[in-house]
Amino acid sequence: MSDIIKTSDFDMEFRDEVFKEPDADKITLCFNCTGCTSGCPMAEQEPEYNIRKFLRMANLGMKDALLNSPYLWYCTTCYKCQERCPQGVKNVDTLLKIRTIAIQNGIMLDNHRKVSQLVIKFGHAVPINDEAKEKRKDVGLDDTPPTVHKFEDALGEVQKLIKISGFDELVSDKEETS
Amino acid sequence: MSKLSFFLGCIAPNRYPGIEAATIKTLEKLGTELVDLEGASCCPAPGVFRSFDKITWLALASRNVTLSEEMGLDILTVCNGCFGSLVDANNIMKEDPELKEEVNKILKEIGHEFKGTIEVRHIIEYLSQEVGAEKIKAAVSIPMDLNVALHYGCHLVKPSKERHLGSVENPRFFDELVEATGATSVDYEDKMACCGAGGGARTAVLETSLQMAVNKLEHMKAAGVDCIIDACPFCHLQFDVGQTEIKKKFDKAYDLPVLHYSQLLGLAMGLPLNELGINQNLIINEEFNKKIERIRGGANE
Repeated sequence: MSDIIKTSDFDMEFRDEVFKEPDADKITLCFNCTGCTSGCPMAEQEPEYNIRKFLRMANLGMKDALLNSPYLWYCTTCYKCQERCPQGVKNVDTLLKIRTIAIQNGIMLDNHRKVSQLVIKFGHAVPINDEAKEKRKDVGLDDTPPTVHKFEDALGEVQKLIKISGFDELVSDKEETS
Repeated sequence: MSKLSFFLGCIAPNRYPGIEAATIKTLEKLGTELVDLEGASCCPAPGVFRSFDKITWLALASRNVTLSEEMGLDILTVCNGCFGSLVDANNIMKEDPELKEEVNKILKEIGHEFKGTIEVRHIIEYLSQEVGAEKIKAAVSIPMDLNVALHYGCHLVKPSKERHLGSVENPRFFDELVEATGATSVDYEDKMACCGAGGGARTAVLETSLQMAVNKLEHMKAAGVDCIIDACPFCHLQFDVGQTEIKKKFDKAYDLPVLHYSQLLGLAMGLPLNELGINQNLIINEEFNKKIERIRGGANE
């Protein structure tokens, strides 16, 4: 059997990294009541998405299995589980921290990369288009909203900020490296 | 006259400008002037940016906050996602001196400094707490006799430790505002359920995200409502664009018109229909339009 989990595979540094998120260590308090997953609207659609399993895997340091799971990206952050957890586990906040670590390890969905690049280019995740400009005029508004769309220097600020924080590198298209 | 800066976000100004126009006009009638927050950007979207890189998320959100700080005004948003990003960022920056210092170093490079002098408001909680249902009722000229399915959305009320707006399982404050317009907020199964769009899920896994919307639409339809009322342009898009996608992918039709609360309020205040942008939606329901016309009489012109 190839799927036996070995304790030697557990990466405790990964767990420590997850626990840097405030109160993420509360996942150790989980007593498996299943309230989180039984109320989860996403689990109702996709049973493979199981937030309790993910958090318990994080607690065991199962870095590779967790970061490479496609279901890591299914949470809609509705916070229902976090609100109802009797042990005060920060389900959603901790899951988001796991996503952060995935991103730092170069694991990112193409569609998310595209949305990120839109913000870098236009300052908006959903930028204006010609149809929207017409719609704006039809309701009596200026065709360009008074956001970064209208003020070039403001867009320049946003782009400079993103360069300083290194976000442009983080979400850039992966180069072919030899 | 109270004054707030108007944080537009992305989807309202760039996809559903009727929400922007209706918000400006209805709030003016209620004694709140909205001032442009010039040069604001994406909040940035919590689903993607917050989890991708906390410092970038915090710095971009804080930049938006500082624009309003520099005007000496609190911020108003009409979107649950923007509310989540801006309130959370504003709170973190006020409470965590180390992060504040780190982010302010970045902001200094672009000529801003986060000071922590303002609050971020969402139109629904603002109307509920600062204006009140009674005053709205008094400003309504045409009571909208409609049965509506109210959708709070998630980040207006959750996480409750950050929002402090009371019950997350059975809140009433939004229902009260809807009923002030003369509409009936109809109870439906799983009313507080998520629309399915948030957390980057709509972008990541569209079909599964739409299945969540199908669940909500089924429950709304079963309750026999005339339309959906929301408080968030992203939920709005998920229900409006989503219904066309659901039709194509799952061959299910609901034909439920989708209105932001500001648009319902605009109808009830007798504002011209074309200025509210309701027929700029993808879902146009003629029966609903006729009902609106019947209720409003000549005000539709």
